[in-house]
Amino acid sequence: MCAKQVTKQPAKQVETTGHSWDGIEELNNPLPRWWVWVFYLTILWGIGYVIAYPAWPLIKGATPGLLHASTRADVDAEIKRFDDANAPIKAKLVAADLNAIIGDKELMAYAEPAGASVFRNNCAQCHGSGAAGVQGKGYPNLLDNDWLWGGDMEAIHTTITHGIRNTTDPEARYSEMPKFGVDGLLEPAQIDAVVEHVLAISGQEHDAAKAAEGATLFADNCSACHGEQGMGDRAQGAPNLTDAIWLYGGDRDTIKHTVTYARFGVMPNWAGRLSEDEIRAVAAYVHSRGGGE
Amino acid sequence: MPGVRALSSPDTQPPSLYAAREPIFPRRVKGAFRTLKWWIMAVCLGIYYITPWLRWDRGPNLPDQAVLVDMANRRFFFFMIEIWPHEFYFVAGLLIMAGLGLFLFTSAAGRVWCGYACPQTVWTDLFILVERWVEGDRNARIRLHRQGWDAEKIRKRAAKWTIWFLIGLATGGAWIFYFTDAPTLAVDLVTGNAHPIAYTTMLILTATTFAFGGFAREQICIYACPWPRIQAAMMDEDTITIAYRDWRGEPRGKQNVEGNGDCIDCMACVNVCPMGIDIRNGQQMACITCGLCIDACDDTMDKIGKPRGLVGYLALTDETRERAGKTPKSVWSHVFRPRTILYTALWTAVGVALVVALFLRSPIDVSVTPVRNPLYVTLSDGTIRNTYDIRLRNKSGEDKWYFITLTAGSRFNITLEGEEGTKVLVPANETYQQRVYVEAPPDTEGADEERTEIRLWVANEDGTERVSHDTVFNGKDDD
Repeated sequence: MCAKQVTKQPAKQVETTGHSWDGIEELNNPLPRWWVWVFYLTILWGIGYVIAYPAWPLIKGATPGLLHASTRADVDAEIKRFDDANAPIKAKLVAADLNAIIGDKELMAYAEPAGASVFRNNCAQCHGSGAAGVQGKGYPNLLDNDWLWGGDMEAIHTTITHGIRNTTDPEARYSEMPKFGVDGLLEPAQIDAVVEHVLAISGQEHDAAKAAEGATLFADNCSACHGEQGMGDRAQGAPNLTDAIWLYGGDRDTIKHTVTYARFGVMPNWAGRLSEDEIRAVAAYVHSRGGGE
Repeated sequence: MPGVRALSSPDTQPPSLYAAREPIFPRRVKGAFRTLKWWIMAVCLGIYYITPWLRWDRGPNLPDQAVLVDMANRRFFFFMIEIWPHEFYFVAGLLIMAGLGLFLFTSAAGRVWCGYACPQTVWTDLFILVERWVEGDRNARIRLHRQGWDAEKIRKRAAKWTIWFLIGLATGGAWIFYFTDAPTLAVDLVTGNAHPIAYTTMLILTATTFAFGGFAREQICIYACPWPRIQAAMMDEDTITIAYRDWRGEPRGKQNVEGNGDCIDCMACVNVCPMGIDIRNGQQMACITCGLCIDACDDTMDKIGKPRGLVGYLALTDETRERAGKTPKSVWSHVFRPRTILYTALWTAVGVALVVALFLRSPIDVSVTPVRNPLYVTLSDGTIRNTYDIRLRNKSGEDKWYFITLTAGSRFNITLEGEEGTKVLVPANETYQQRVYVEAPPDTEGADEERTEIRLWVANEDGTERVSHDTVFNGKDDD
């Protein structure tokens, strides 16, 4: 309906290109002239761009261009800008008393997120990205309130700096559990008795008669490190055997395996790999995950 | 191939593929639409230039600019409304409303946006006003255009371009005032202390205003803007748009000659057209429906004593009716039809939803994220602990204490990382993340159930404002 009415109007004659295909003519509606100029300008711009910026690929890299622009250099400059901006707070973190860091909101505002990134890059491989360790595999959970070597800032800082049972650092914490079964220190029956005693003190199902026998064996063989009550000793990294947390597992078979073969969990030292401010940041991060003392 | 014959035929002269812009010299016109357009122009330009200077008191430490897009701090202030990045859906809602509004206006009255309110139209109108003021009306301008570059032409062109440049500068300048405190920036701009980005933005917008309003004008609408092409799809036969009543006007020619129509071919409609088109050729893509040809034609009809409306707003369905000599339907029956009513309903629904959402925003803005890595932590005495990251947003200009608690009578215990008790100080105008621990003592229901629903409460110091957030507590699931 619409088309019919419009054709009644004296339509302006449109120039044709003279091309005709089966009676269909090609009309010529010319582009505006400035459009062509804009097109030429883009060509000029392109030539200028090739001269000013890296453009032609070579075997190694590309032509540098007159401006020597480089996004890598831009990123380096950006990182340096942030590093410079963080320098004062890093210096303050390094100079601060270790125990004062946690209470200092300004320091923590930097240390927690900085420590989180250090943790994810360096610690998560063993302790997990959520710092929950690997249960039953000997990688400690850092979120709970049970610490083998102590959970205050100083203890955490020392552990991270020097590592655990790390022979490359003489200051590393070291202790070694005897292999009671393998080295023949206890008879298999005696080991069974000790295991029943450990089950008893940790509030699990046990054989009372064997456990009573095991109590004496425990006092003679284990209490030097794990304490008379089995509460552990942080000076030697000996775990508390009475609580609900087990590094390698708390069932009968696993405890028997532990007593027979012993355990020897290691952690590397991070001094030398991480800077002091990074170590302090990650210590503060670990401390603020819920278990810090 | 069918085309081979045509191509091989000898072309005498290849036609030009490019054409220079034909200069347009719109004549001055008076009338209802021109008056309407002056008013719309005054209101639009007024809003644009004045808004950044309006003040609005928001209390201490917050900006007092009524409308401010604070990119650096990621805040948007609009009078009493403050939008944070997580509430960006309000902006999305406004954009949806703007879109539906355009659909509504286009389906009802065609390209009214183009003809009256589009910045390109408004600024072009302003630039033409300046042009007319400096160089005179249509005939004087055509004369000047053909004249060589003598002293008069140089003087007039210099004066015109200077005023255009100043308008452009004011336009680009006003734009950047929306993004930072206007009085401060104005002083900085003059004293040379403003950020280079401010100057760059201002100069780019000055250049585009100068070029688009002064020289490109209708070329923007015809070649650069996608909107005219989309609009055609939104118009139908009930859309009122500007039309020439050819059944009344044709055949055009001398007045009082037997057989001639009402159109005396005075060219007034063509001479006033800012797009340089002839409305008598019917609807066309270049027509922005500014209504100036209606004013021009009505003026001519008045002079020759014929009824007005040879050119006027008309719906396509009325064209057939009028052609047949019947009376057209009323304008309202064209405007109110299912399609426009649907658009209005949608527009209103989105608008009402936004207003409701705005007023139902909780006074304390909180989001709770349960930490799922790990789901729970066993403590040495067998207590099960869950951790939650709580984001607290303090929209006021002063530091505020917030209290985080569980529903009264809950068997769970709550503690906050690094805080004594259950209160936390949230710095002014900031989002603060607090790690919260919820603990279920060993062998309680919460510790042994796989999932327990819990409700966290956040309240301000005097308890006048509080908000709850439901989440879950994960117990031991090793069975």
